[in-house]
Amino acid sequence: MTAAVSFSKVSRHFGSVRAVDAVDLVVQPGEFFAMLGPSGSGKTTCLRLIAGFEQPSAGHIEIFGETAEGVPPYRRNVNTVFQDYALFPHLSILDNVAYGLMVKGMGKTERHRQAEQALEMVKLPGYGTRKPGQLSGGQRQRVALARALINRPRVLLLDEPLGALDLKLREQMQEELKSLQRSLGITFIFVTHDQSEALSMADRVAVFNNGRIVQAASPQEIYSRPKTRFVADFVGSSNVIDPAAMARFGGLERWASLRPEAISIGAEGQLRANVRSSSFLGAATRVSVLAEGVSLSVMVPAGQPVPDVGADVNLGWAPGDVHYMDDVA
Amino acid sequence: MTDFTATPAIRPRRDGVASRLSDLFWRRPQLLLFLMLTPPLLWLGIIYVGSLLALLLQSFFAIDDFSGLVTYEFTLDTYRQLLHPANFDIILRTLTMAIAVTLASAVIAFPIAYYAARYAKGRWKAFFYLGVMMPLWSSYLVKIYAWKLILAKEGIVTWVFAKLHLSFLLDGLLALPVIGGNSLSISYIGTFIVFVYIWLPYMILPTQAALERVPVTLVEASGDLGATPDQTFRTVLLPLALPGLVAGSIFTFSLTLGDYIIPQIIGSSRLFIGQAVYAQQGTAGNVPLAAAFSVVPIVIMGIYLTIAKRMGAFDAL
Repeated sequence: MTAAVSFSKVSRHFGSVRAVDAVDLVVQPGEFFAMLGPSGSGKTTCLRLIAGFEQPSAGHIEIFGETAEGVPPYRRNVNTVFQDYALFPHLSILDNVAYGLMVKGMGKTERHRQAEQALEMVKLPGYGTRKPGQLSGGQRQRVALARALINRPRVLLLDEPLGALDLKLREQMQEELKSLQRSLGITFIFVTHDQSEALSMADRVAVFNNGRIVQAASPQEIYSRPKTRFVADFVGSSNVIDPAAMARFGGLERWASLRPEAISIGAEGQLRANVRSSSFLGAATRVSVLAEGVSLSVMVPAGQPVPDVGADVNLGWAPGDVHYMDDVA
Repeated sequence: MTDFTATPAIRPRRDGVASRLSDLFWRRPQLLLFLMLTPPLLWLGIIYVGSLLALLLQSFFAIDDFSGLVTYEFTLDTYRQLLHPANFDIILRTLTMAIAVTLASAVIAFPIAYYAARYAKGRWKAFFYLGVMMPLWSSYLVKIYAWKLILAKEGIVTWVFAKLHLSFLLDGLLALPVIGGNSLSISYIGTFIVFVYIWLPYMILPTQAALERVPVTLVEASGDLGATPDQTFRTVLLPLALPGLVAGSIFTFSLTLGDYIIPQIIGSSRLFIGQAVYAQQGTAGNVPLAAAFSVVPIVIMGIYLTIAKRMGAFDAL
């Protein structure tokens, strides 16, 4: 099967800055692919390379088997949902959505009919006559989505599309994007710096750092078996334990990650610890403890007793839950 | 640690009139606005608009042909005079020049403004502002006389054309009816060139300001959706830059309509509106006709702005 997008040794340098550094990447057709990383890690530049806003300094990019270098954005059947939505302020919502069809020369009646349909798909029927300035952030996001999808792109690129939305709307849009992607069967490539968003939405996640992909794997794999210290740190919720501390805990003298929910607090356990603080999260309570000078976070599921702050407790975990990692970024 | 309970919840007012005034103005912001706006509004209203209206009023009087004195009776005679072919020609000539100058300024200004808004950074941006503004700092008269020398038959333009063996081009241009002439400095082409030179900054700056407000992502989004660069220019950039272009054209258009020095120094001896006003109120002593002539640019600008508004030039503001 031809890959939807494939990068071989793709680099993009801005002066001495290697925004993207010899990246190899394969995105399968129909995949919901997330690019995750801190700002400046190269994920957005990768997206812009696929869209055609940037040209690679070196390497080769293929989109559905066709060479993409030197092809301008307007000839790529790839569409983008921009971070700031980039709706045209002087055009009505209907004309915004119909824009891609208009520049292809489609007649007014037909393109407005299709735009109306696209607005229905994103649950904004009847909003066509308004201007972008009259819409809320969430509505503009949907318009941007409709405008990108009306061109029937082979690949849809989404650049932090949910970044500007409040939490509730964000969760709702995550659901909608996922179901939309499933029903349309288009390849979605999604850039985000929010690890929970990446893990919950994507079929596969590529974690970026310093212009390189550190690990590309399923969310489960990224979460439970981070390849390096950086991935564990960035994906976040896991405890990252340095080699010396790991040795004191009775493990190997290597960097390790230990998921908070894998640690149990109870009467018996191999490790004494002192509770420093706790925060209630609803389904669980996150307890911060200090054990042998190492601070760890422990997830206590709802319904189980939460130790008081300042109490001494015993910690325990199964040796198999300790995941050892490479000490590289 | 500092004791946060030791500080008062509401601090006492500081001593002095200034502090009392601050409190007063804070409670009554309209009072401050009133005090700040009254002097400039009086200035604008009485000295500026008032005297303009007094002048316009003059246009509804007429001059007595025998005594040469103004008869203070309302009449439209002066306006009838304005439509005499000789006078109407002046209006048409000025209007045509203003349109040509505005169009040329827009065409020249756009790429410069686009470059400055999109690509110029730091030092280059400063260079751009200097380059655009510097001509405005030197004397207007000096510049016009400099242009007279540049465009004269013995001037550098003729010389360059001769050196490049392209004199036939210049001669051909000057041989054109109406706009041609003996040399550039005494032709409409010369007047046009100098007008464009002098007013160009007024077109560049607002256009650049308008383009600066167009996010780069809009241009990218347009390309992303399949628009070729020229479609992007027509459907995204131009409509969004239009308020700036219109603002600039208000300057170039009205300044050209009213100017009387450039056509006096550079060009054929045929009159423009500004010169007609100057001649009528000075040597000819026909203040009503001068006033009627000065109504013309105001009416034209009114029509122009109405059309611009209809076309949606201010929608993106």
